[in-house]
Amino acid sequence: MSATTATPTRVITPDTLPPARGAWHEFWRRFRRNKRAVVSVFIILGVFASGIFTEELAPYCHTAQNLRAVDQAPSLAHPLGTDNLGRDLASRIIWGARTAVIVSVTVVVLNLLIGLPLGAVAGYYGGRIDSAIMRVADFLFAFPDLLFVLFIAATIRPSVIKYISDLGKSYGLKRGVNCAADYVAFADFIVVIAALSFVGWPGLARLVRGQFLQLREREFIESARATGARDLRIIFRHLLPNALPPIIVAISLGMGGAILAETSLSFLGIGIQPPNASWGSTIDDNYLFWRTRPEMIIVPGAVVAIVVLAFNFLGDGLNEALNPKTQ
Amino acid sequence: MTAYIVRRLFWYPILLFAVTTVTLALGLYGPGDPAQVYLGKHSDPETVARIRAEWGLDQPFQVQLFKYIADAVQGDFHESLVKYPGQKVTDLIAARLPVTVSLNALALALGVLFGVPLGLVSAVRHNRSLDHIITFGVISAVAIPVFAVSPFLQWIFARELPFWTRDTFGVTIGLPPGGWNGVFSASAVLPAMVLSPGYVAVFARQTRAGMIEALAQDFIRTARAKGLVESLVVMRHAFRNALIPLVTIFGLGLAGLVGGAIITETVFGIPGIGLLTVDALHARDYPIILAVTIMVAFVYITLNLIVDIAYTFIDPRIRYQ
Repeated sequence: MSATTATPTRVITPDTLPPARGAWHEFWRRFRRNKRAVVSVFIILGVFASGIFTEELAPYCHTAQNLRAVDQAPSLAHPLGTDNLGRDLASRIIWGARTAVIVSVTVVVLNLLIGLPLGAVAGYYGGRIDSAIMRVADFLFAFPDLLFVLFIAATIRPSVIKYISDLGKSYGLKRGVNCAADYVAFADFIVVIAALSFVGWPGLARLVRGQFLQLREREFIESARATGARDLRIIFRHLLPNALPPIIVAISLGMGGAILAETSLSFLGIGIQPPNASWGSTIDDNYLFWRTRPEMIIVPGAVVAIVVLAFNFLGDGLNEALNPKTQ
Repeated sequence: MTAYIVRRLFWYPILLFAVTTVTLALGLYGPGDPAQVYLGKHSDPETVARIRAEWGLDQPFQVQLFKYIADAVQGDFHESLVKYPGQKVTDLIAARLPVTVSLNALALALGVLFGVPLGLVSAVRHNRSLDHIITFGVISAVAIPVFAVSPFLQWIFARELPFWTRDTFGVTIGLPPGGWNGVFSASAVLPAMVLSPGYVAVFARQTRAGMIEALAQDFIRTARAKGLVESLVVMRHAFRNALIPLVTIFGLGLAGLVGGAIITETVFGIPGIGLLTVDALHARDYPIILAVTIMVAFVYITLNLIVDIAYTFIDPRIRYQ
C-alpha cells in the first residue's frame, strides 16, 4: 500500500478522473485474463445446454434398447457405439449431463439454503448459538464423508422409492410411458441430493462464519450499528455482500464437487441406478469391457474429468478476479 | 493448556456417542432388514422374525444402543451378520486395516515427498510459467476422479504397453478381479499412481499458498536485507511459517489412512477397509458399518486434537485458554 501524494499542479475534479468503471467491468477485465477460466465457462455452458435440451440433443432415448444392435463399435448411427444392452452410448452420456446438472444445482442450492443462514447467525452472534451450530458441524465433519454419504444413500433409498411410487400411484401416474416419464426414477435423485446436502452444508457454514467473524469487527459495521441499523439489515446489506466473493468461489467448486460425488456414488452402485443415466454408472456398467472397448469407459471418464476440472478452473479464475489481493 | 486438553477430551465421548447413535439408528431403521437380506427374498416371515429375535433386532432402540456401547467399551464390536456370518467384526477389520493403512501411507508419503517441493518451487517462482504449470497439474489432480483415470491407466499399462504384463513381475498389477501382494509389490503400482496425486495436490496447494503469504512478510525483507542466502531465507524463515497448515493437512491425511480409499479399493479389488465397507453396505451388514464408522470418527477426532496440540510446539505464539 504505497501512499500517493497529490501533486499541487494537478487539481482533481470529476472531469479529470478516468471514466468510472463499474464493479462488473473490473471483474470482467480481471476474469478475462485467465484463459483457462474462460474456456471453462464455455464447457460449463455446454454441460448445462445438454442438461436442459437433452431431448433435442440426444439422438436416442437413454433407456431405449435396440436388441438388433447390441455391443456395436462406433458407427454413423451410433457415434460412440452401443453397450451390451443395445443402448446408444452417446445418448446415455448426454442424458448423464442432465443428471449431473440436476444433482449439482440442487445440492449447491440446498447447501446455500442451510449453510448460509446457519453460518451467518453463528458468525454474527457468536457465543452459544455459534458453539451450538459449530458443534453440529464438527459432528458431521467427524464422519468419514464418502462412507457416510454411501451409508445415508443406501439407508434412505428404499423408503424414498416406496414413498414416491405410492405418491405416483395415488395420482394415477403410469410408469415407464416414455423416455423421461418414469416418476420413480426421481427417487434416486432425491436420495443422492439428500445425502450430499446433509454432509455438504457444514463446509459452507464454516466458510460464511469465518468471513462474518472477520468482517463484523470492521469499522463500517460499527458505523452501520451506530446509525441504528438492525441485525437483519447489517447481515444482508453490509456483511453478506462483503462475504460474497469466497462464497461464489465455493459455489463453483461445490458444483464440481457435487458432480464428482454423484458420479462416485453411481459408480459404486449406490447413487443413480439403472436405467437412469449417470456418467459414474456408465463407467461401472461398462467396466468389464475395458480390454475390448476402452472408449466405453474412457469417454464418460474423460467427460467427468473435463467437467469437474472446468468447475475447478472457473473457481480458480473467479477467486483471482474477485480477490483484490491477487494481481 | 491442560484445561484446554481436558475440555477437548470432555467432548470426546459425547461426539463418539452421537456418531454411534446416528449410525445405529440409520442401520436399524433403514428398511431392508439384515435378517431379510440374510434369508433372501422368498423367506417366510416366521423365520425372519426368529432370526431377528436371535440377533436382538426386535428389542427397543435404546436397549440395543446401550448394549452395543457397553460391549464396544469392552472391545467387543459384535459379529458380522450377513456378509461374513459368525466372524468377529474386530477380526475382520484387523485383517484389512494393514492393507488400507499401508497403501494410504504410501500415497501420503508420496504426497508429502512431491507435493511440498512442488509447492515450494511454485511459490518461489510465483506467477512465472513454472508456477502456472504446477498449478494446472495440481487442480487437475484434485478434479479428476479415480474411477475415470484407472481404466485409462489399465488400458495403457496392461493393454498397450507390451512389456508391462502379468508376467513381467510374476504377479498381477492390481487389475480386476485383482490380487494384492502388499505395498512393496507391483500390485501397488497402479493404486498408488491413482491415489497419490490427490495428496500431492493438497500438499502442493497448501505449501504454495502458505509460502506466498510468508514470503511477502517484512521479516523476509529483513532477512534478505541482512544478506542472507536466498535458500536460507526460503527454507529457514519462510517455510517454518508456512508449516502450520501443512501439519493440519498431514494430521487429517493420517486420519484418512484408516478410512481407506473406497473407490480405489473397489476399482482394483484391494481387500482393505473400503472394500469391506462397500460390501457390508450392499449386504446391510450393519455391525461392520457401525464399527468402521466409529473407528474412523474416533481416529479423526483424536488426530484433530493432536494436531491442535502440535501447533503449540511449532508456533510458540499459539496458546489455548
